[in-house]
Amino acid sequence: MAHVALLIVLFPLLGFALVLFNGSELSERGAGIVATTAVFGSFVATLVTFYLYLHHETAVTIHLFNWISAGTLQVPAGLYVDPLALTMCLFVTGISTLIHLYSMGYMAGDRDVCKFFLYLNLFVFSMLVLVLSDNLLQTFVGWEGVGACSYWLVSYYFDRDSAASAGKKAFLYNRVGDIGLLAAMFLLFNHLHTLTYTTIFSLASTLSPTTATLIVLALLLAATGKSAQIPLFNWLPDAMEGPTPVSALIHAATMVTAGVFLLVRMSPVLALSANGRATIAVIGGLTAFVAATIATAQKDIKKVLAFSTVSQIGYMVLAVGVGAYGAALFLMIAHAFFKALLFLGSGSVIHSLHGEQDMRRMGGLAKYLPLTFPTFLIGWLTISGVPPLAGFWAKGAVLTSLYALNKALYALGLLTAILTAYYMTRLFVLTFRGNERFRESFHGEPHESPWVMTVPLVILAALSVLGGLLDLPWLHQHTLETFLSPSFATTAVVAQSSGLQISLAVADVIAAVIGLLAAFSLWRDRHENPRLEKSFFEQVWHWDDAYDATIGRPLTSLAAFSGTVIEERVIDAAVMGSASRMRRSSEGLSKLQSGFVRHYALAMVLGVAVIVVYLVAKVGS
Amino acid sequence: MNVPAAWYLVLAALLFGVGCFGFLTRRSAIIMFMCIELMLNAVNLTFVSFARTLSDVGGQVSVFFVMVVAAAEVTVGLGIVVAVFRRRTSTSVDELSELKG
Amino acid sequence: MIAYAFPSLAVFVVCALMTLGGALGVLLVRNPVHAALSLILSLFGVALGFLAQQADFLAAVEIIVYAGAIVVLFLFVIMFLGIDRHSHREVEPLAGQRFLAALGVGIVVLGVIALIASSHWVSGVPSVSTNGVPLAPGSGNITQIGDAVFTTYLIAFEATGALLLIAVIGAVNLARKERPRVGEEVA
Repeated sequence: MAHVALLIVLFPLLGFALVLFNGSELSERGAGIVATTAVFGSFVATLVTFYLYLHHETAVTIHLFNWISAGTLQVPAGLYVDPLALTMCLFVTGISTLIHLYSMGYMAGDRDVCKFFLYLNLFVFSMLVLVLSDNLLQTFVGWEGVGACSYWLVSYYFDRDSAASAGKKAFLYNRVGDIGLLAAMFLLFNHLHTLTYTTIFSLASTLSPTTATLIVLALLLAATGKSAQIPLFNWLPDAMEGPTPVSALIHAATMVTAGVFLLVRMSPVLALSANGRATIAVIGGLTAFVAATIATAQKDIKKVLAFSTVSQIGYMVLAVGVGAYGAALFLMIAHAFFKALLFLGSGSVIHSLHGEQDMRRMGGLAKYLPLTFPTFLIGWLTISGVPPLAGFWAKGAVLTSLYALNKALYALGLLTAILTAYYMTRLFVLTFRGNERFRESFHGEPHESPWVMTVPLVILAALSVLGGLLDLPWLHQHTLETFLSPSFATTAVVAQSSGLQISLAVADVIAAVIGLLAAFSLWRDRHENPRLEKSFFEQVWHWDDAYDATIGRPLTSLAAFSGTVIEERVIDAAVMGSASRMRRSSEGLSKLQSGFVRHYALAMVLGVAVIVVYLVAKVGS
Repeated sequence: MNVPAAWYLVLAALLFGVGCFGFLTRRSAIIMFMCIELMLNAVNLTFVSFARTLSDVGGQVSVFFVMVVAAAEVTVGLGIVVAVFRRRTSTSVDELSELKG
Repeated sequence: MIAYAFPSLAVFVVCALMTLGGALGVLLVRNPVHAALSLILSLFGVALGFLAQQADFLAAVEIIVYAGAIVVLFLFVIMFLGIDRHSHREVEPLAGQRFLAALGVGIVVLGVIALIASSHWVSGVPSVSTNGVPLAPGSGNITQIGDAVFTTYLIAFEATGALLLIAVIGAVNLARKERPRVGEEVA
């Protein structure tokens, strides 16, 4: 098992190395095949590891080598294979494989395709290091790795200003979150003198409640950065500047799930701080709601999906906050399926219109895209929460746990569910139904994408349909929840009566239907409605403006002040002043240089006289 | 019994003092060179005295080397005096003060 | 007062008179040629001091090299430049130079004499170069110096050889009359 688990990580690294060192010789198709095969190999290795794990049923730590050994700081490099890591690996590698395959079609003819696949493989490698690490520091390495790769990939079209600044924005927001992870590591090391997960878990109960709360809040800051939660969520929609497969990769499989993963991984610490968990739940709930409202007013198809991701991750964080780790993971997997499907489907739409992303210039595409349309339909129904698709079961699991623990958050969640169905329906209607508005700007016929792009769509559609089977609420054996439970501290799932469960499920369905019908009636025969697309929502609740006003502009003026006043009047003045003072004093000293050799000789003799006097005095005493 | 080495050392000190004073007060470069020779000889005298006192031939070898270096120094020094005199028709060192600060 | 052997005392007195007298002559006479001649007197005194202290070879070299070669070189330069008429004794242009020179030199000489007087010289210290063998008088002294120069001090000896060669080349170059090069204006 140890060797196979190592292969999970090594395959993408191997693909990265192959593309890196043979980049000049590989054709773009060759690079795509190498990269896709590498990730597929990693997926197969994960499957084998999973199979072996099912036979042993024990978490395994694979020690690779001693990485850092400095006093009490002992950090090994190792892999920790437990149900949580395995689950993450399964969908990360599986969906990444499909996205790689899709990229081969989507990126065909683009420049620097080798570089693209290089970053993709490195991205997957970093994510797997993050997930499989057996200590926090190694997780941090993967954490930074995905951050760096996302920067490269988001600003992939770096000659576009918007792409370059979107990459920078993603990078900076992530740095803020990284401070949280670093602070959590410092606190943990200070109190427990270890960064290894298993040791942390066994010693966690010795932490004082205050310390535990501080650690949980630091972890939450880290998660808000990486998983795009309030207050650090703005970078994710801007990350749409990258190529669409990158968006799919960031949103569905890698990157944004890292924050939720970190929180779930540290569940034994979370268990110690009720206040910390409450904060997590509130942040998650607010993010879910705020992002959903914003999504209702966006005009760019990818922006809608981006805010939808933020909203769905908010659900997951909410579930983590109330201790429903199993539900969070369930939603994460289901979300990985349908969000990858939706992104790749939208990519297919964009591809067919040669790069058009504005939904106002789409419409009536259903008959031109015979495979994209039905698969996108499935994705839309799944995220809206229509039974019996995966989204219904996953969202149902989260909402059911919520209902048991906090009625207010449950109401917020349900409201968000209505909004979700609403904005997704709006997106669907604007894209595939109605008049063929694209005629005005697009000349030619939209065409279906090549098979490398549609095959992943079909597979993901099938997974979205069947994903609910992972954890059906009336089965309590051999489900995701029971599989994962060894990785969680305590799963606070309150047993619900089946009657209540059914009524909650009915409520979910009603919420979905309300959203669907409202959107249908409002958007069936129009494509613009300023009354419903409040600029407050479209401008992301003026969140960016607020940051600009409170942080950006003061810092800019501070920099301007430093550049003009401090630089010129303080630093330059000090440098120039000391220089001129030095020159004046040396002018005085240079008078001593009379130019007469006999003066110099006299000075020497007088110096010798002083030495002789000293010697005489010393001998005499 | 022989005269003790200290007497010769005192003699050498006086010789050195005379040479040194001459170097500091005379302005002719040639006379200054002669004064340098006087000082070098004063040092040589102490070397020889110590060689006798300590029964070490090393002191005498040092004198040998000092003489060689003095010869070289006089050769180059007088060459410089000649070169300077050609430009200035004077051997007074006080007139060579261009390098003052 | 210890009574010293008469010959050695007489030799010392003669040596001291010659040395200091010659030195004062260098210091005081106006004519550079006379200064060179009194330098020879001083050097003879030093050679006598060498002879009295078992440095026969060095005494010979002192007379041959210094009196014979170096002073002749001085005289040659004096004659060559024709500066025997010039004298610079009238006024000291540097203020306080004479007083400070006398002060500095006086302190140094008196201080050194005080140090000599207060020191106790130990004779017969095992030596590095001769392994405690007493200095031989007369021709034995030449053998000892030759041994030392070509064994213990070989590298220094070779270096001084190189130094002499460089000095010769340098002196020739310095004393050479500058000829205007082709294409350059005569300054």
